[in-house]
Order: sequence, then structure tokens, then C-alpha cells
Amino acid sequence: MWACLLLPHLALDGILRRRPVDGPLALVDGPVNARTVVAVNDAARAAGLHVGQRLTAAHALLAQFDAVPYDPDGVEKWHRFLAAVAYRYSSEVCLLPHAIVLEVSKSMGLFGPWPRLEAMLRADLEELGFRHRIAAAPTPHAAYILAGVSDGLAVLTRDTLINALRRVPIQKSRLPASASSLPGMGVRTLGQLLALPRDGLRRRFGSFRPPDVFDLRIELVHEVENLAMLVFPVRRMTGDLAAYLAGRDGGVQRFLMRLEHRDDRHTDVVVGLLAAERDPAMLFEFARGRLEHVTLTEPVLALRLVARDLPAFVPAGRDLFDERPAHALPFEQLRERLRARLGDGTVYGLGSTTDPRPERAQQIGASTDVAIEAHPRPTWLLERPIPLRGHEPLILSGPERLETGWWDDGEVCRDYYVVETSLGQHAWAFCPPGEQTGWMIHGWFA
Amino acid sequence: MAAVVALSSLLEGRQVWRGREAPAPAGDQPTGWKALDAILPAGGWPDAALSEILLPVDGVGELQLVLPTLARLTQGKRSVVIVAPPYVPCVAGWRQRGVNMRRVEIVAAADKDVLWATEQCLRSGSCSAVLVWPHQADDRALRRLQVAADTGKALALAFRDRRHLSNASPAALRLELEATPRAQIWVRKCRGGNTPSQPVPLSRHVH
Repeated sequence: MWACLLLPHLALDGILRRRPVDGPLALVDGPVNARTVVAVNDAARAAGLHVGQRLTAAHALLAQFDAVPYDPDGVEKWHRFLAAVAYRYSSEVCLLPHAIVLEVSKSMGLFGPWPRLEAMLRADLEELGFRHRIAAAPTPHAAYILAGVSDGLAVLTRDTLINALRRVPIQKSRLPASASSLPGMGVRTLGQLLALPRDGLRRRFGSFRPPDVFDLRIELVHEVENLAMLVFPVRRMTGDLAAYLAGRDGGVQRFLMRLEHRDDRHTDVVVGLLAAERDPAMLFEFARGRLEHVTLTEPVLALRLVARDLPAFVPAGRDLFDERPAHALPFEQLRERLRARLGDGTVYGLGSTTDPRPERAQQIGASTDVAIEAHPRPTWLLERPIPLRGHEPLILSGPERLETGWWDDGEVCRDYYVVETSLGQHAWAFCPPGEQTGWMIHGWFA
Repeated sequence: MAAVVALSSLLEGRQVWRGREAPAPAGDQPTGWKALDAILPAGGWPDAALSEILLPVDGVGELQLVLPTLARLTQGKRSVVIVAPPYVPCVAGWRQRGVNMRRVEIVAAADKDVLWATEQCLRSGSCSAVLVWPHQADDRALRRLQVAADTGKALALAFRDRRHLSNASPAALRLELEATPRAQIWVRKCRGGNTPSQPVPLSRHVH
């Protein structure tokens, strides 16, 4: 049995209990040039102010009212404070957005049946000055949903719970954001949704997967000009990254720390690792190490940590008689890591074809089962033959005549020689058939 | 002299370095060139270490020097990786010299990524040898390669221009190739032994 205390006006009540005002009051949030109203008291509502209104529009409607900036930290503080109050009634208390849920079946033994416990909770919140709605249900999430639908609802058994949930509209079901398209499909209540086949729903909406990119931003309270002051936020961010990686059972190979300055200027610090890591202490050490090399030219307003390169961890299973050293990375993973940074097609093998023309005798991924060439072949091949300059070369062997390719417009008719240049290089060079001038170098016997 | 300091206290404080003979490294990485193996302290390439090959110009036998080693290594399970080669390896020529091309992987990398890619390959432990043509390698970069080769138990072979010979290098072995008047190999540095005073001839048979 779980009780949910929904606190719809947490931010406003937190302000009002500190400074009781009779006049109109609005909480405003957003960038300085586009402030919007996020909460209003009764007097302000009576004057026509409403949530979502621009502050300038509100000023046009009402000349005199208190505009208090919305303070997320303050709201968080009150939320936790009320959770501590609820802890008096239960040892299991959790925080949900704008709500607190607590396990009450054990508490009822001490405080009496639910109506009595509910009255005590209401009296406490009343006393503290927080408006609220209370509901009870067999599961915490159900209590959360029911509190959003109506105040004072208590569902004690699972059967009645299903019935109570059936009538809940989708908009109030507190499902993830992707469920907002359901009413457009004609599914308007939870009852209709529960009646749909699960397979189809999963295919349409997918099951939950953590995102593949980690992107965290922290705004600093003060402008920071000293790198040492960034150490604590960085520790917190790398700690969060490590927790995220542990959750998806992966590691991080490369991440970016962006130090944001005024006017959209920023300094990027890239942290690249040799192997995927997810240990919070190591990630913090690496990040701090890179930060130490940065010279701050202007103050830092915010920090952002972005990690896109999130490879899997190295599996432990290996062949008993493997000749590779311990902790070796499989070549496939190495290839992936190289490709991740250098690009697709940057790691490849070469094989022979049956074409005798040197330009086409080898290609990426070709077979290596072709017979070995009988004539001398160099070890380096030039992609384009280049003219041999300088002294006449010394002919070491040749000629080998290649006359082929007349069938596909790639006709080749050359005499190949092995020659030595004046610098002592051994080259694979060709000239027109029968001549020994106009040397073109096509490879090196390096 | 303000005060006399006992030598033992300096030694215990590890403030004084004591020179001693380095143990001769034992390796089983023959180069395939008998005359060269005979004068190298490890009887071949220093195992799991960086070796430098310094050239006056491309095409003077630098691959010929290492191909017997690659032919031997590509018969094993681990790959040989070629990072940013200056030209395309000629498959027919490599196969003539006994290299199993199935075990040869080529990595195309821009100048700024060459050392990173090399280090990744060496450290991975899945490569038996990594050949690299670094352009922007300083002492620190080479030291990293040396450490990575040790970690991944791989041969690191760096091909560089001869002008780098005057700079100190952390490589365990430095060979210099000479093309004229005749092809020969000078051992310029070898860890675990004295540098031989005579070059070794490199016979440049074509096939």
C-alpha cells in the first residue's frame, strides 16, 4: 500500500510561506529577454495572469505585482524537506516530480487505518503551508497517477485498481513523452491502452533503451577564472558518466569537455583514451590531466561533457593456447576503434586478382589464392607511374613484356625492367616496347 | 663542503643513479639475415620493442630487410599492420617473398593520426608487428611507441629519414641503411650490447 502526496504548487508555496503576500505574485523563469510566467497566486490569476504568459504581457495586464525568479534549487530543497517530513510516517519514501510517495501498509499498524493516516498527512502539509492532493494505491506509480486524477482517492485492492486506472485519460497517465501520440490514434484512456496487444505496442514505441550519447551540462554558480575551481564539477560529471556507462555495460574511449565562455565562445578539451574505460576515478584523472594543460583566457560560465564514442567492454573469454599476450584486444575491436577515428575503409587488406596489369593485379579484399607471379615484382607499387629523372639507370634485369588489356580499353603494352638509379634505389620501370628510353618508374624494390 | 653526506643515505634515498651492466635481452625474433642476427645482441630484433630503420631515400632495400620477418610472422595468428605506408604494398612482390597477405592489414591515416593509430595497434596485443612511417615523431612520441610495443608484445618497426640519426632515440635498435657505394646495414644503436664497428652487407637479389 503506497500513498502519494502530490504537490502541484511546490515552487509557489515555498515562496509564499517565506514571505506571505496578499497582492498578486508570479514566478518567472527563462532567459532575461524572454521571461515567462511559470506559476501565479490567486490574486494574480484573478487579474488575468496565467502560466506560460510572457512577463511583458503580464506587465501589460497588471501594473503592480511581485515577479519572483523561479529557483530550481529552492524547489528541490522544499521537496526534500517535505520528504523528510513524510519520513515520520514511513521508512520508505521516494521523490517523484512534484510528488512524494511513501509505503504506508506498515505505518497503518502504528497510526491507525488509512483515513486516519491521510488526515494526519493532510494536517502536516496544511500546517506547513503546502497545497497537496493525496491518493493511495497498491503500487507507488498507481498512487502517483491517481493523485493526479483526483484528490482523496484510495484504492485498496489490485482488482479495484485496474478498474480505477481504466478511466484515467492518457494525458494524465504519466507515461513517457512518446505516449502523447496515443490520443491521436483514438486511444484516450489507460483502459483502452491496456486492452491493446503488447507486441504491437512494443514495435511502435520500442522498449526502453538508454541513449547512445552522453551529454551533460552544468552551469556554474560563479564565473570561474581558475582551473582549480573546475575540479569539483568535473569530478561530478565524470562520476555521472561512469554511472551511465555502468548502466549500459559499456566504456568510453573518447569524450569532450567544453568550457563555455561568454557570447557562445568555448574551449574544447578532448580526452582520448587508449582503451575503453568506465572507472570513475580513472575518468576523472584523465579529464583533470587534460584540463591542466589548458590556459584559460576568459572566465568559464558552464561546463559540458559529451561522450559519443562508447565502445563495448573487452570480453574475457579467450583461447587457452592463444599466442597473444594477456588482455589482448581482438583484432576486430582494434579495427573498429581505428575506423571510429580514421573513417570507414581506412583499415583494409589487399589480395591478388588474375589480371596481369600491375594497376589491376591487386585490390582490396581480393583473394590470395592466385598463383605466385614468376617474374620479379617490386615491394612498393606507385599508384601512378612517374618519369625517371637524372642519369640513365643501370639495367639489372628485363625486359618482361606486358601486352594485354585490349578488350576493356585499358590496353597496356610495355617492357618492364629492374633498374638501379644513381641513388642506389632499385626500381621497377617500364618503357615503350623495344626502346630503352622514356623510363617510367612503376614500383620500388624497397 | 657544508656537510659530509653518507653515500649510503643517498643511495637509500634513491638520489644517486648507479650504473650497472644492462642484462642482455634474449629474444626469438630473428631478422632472417644471418650476418645481421649474428651481430645483434638479441640474435635478431629486440622483442616487444621499437626498432628504427633509417634510410637515405625510399627504395634502398628497407622492405627487403624486414620481409623475411614478416613472412615468418604472418604464418602465425596475429596480424602485421602497416600504418600509413608511403606507397601501396605490391601484393605480388610481397607474396613472392613468402608473406601471407591474409595477415597483413593496412591502415590509412592522416599525418596527425599516424602515431595514435600505431600506438593503438601496438598496445592492442593483437598485432605481431607494426610498420610505421612517422613524419612528426619526436622523442616523446617514439617513447610512447616503445612503451606500447612492450605492453602489446609486438615488434614496432619505424622507418625514418637518415637525418634523424643525429637525434637521440628511445628505440632499442637503430639500423641505418646505406645504398651507395654498396648496400649495407649499420647498427647505430643496440640495447644490451656494444654497437658493432662494421656494417653488414645487404645482398639485393631481386627475386
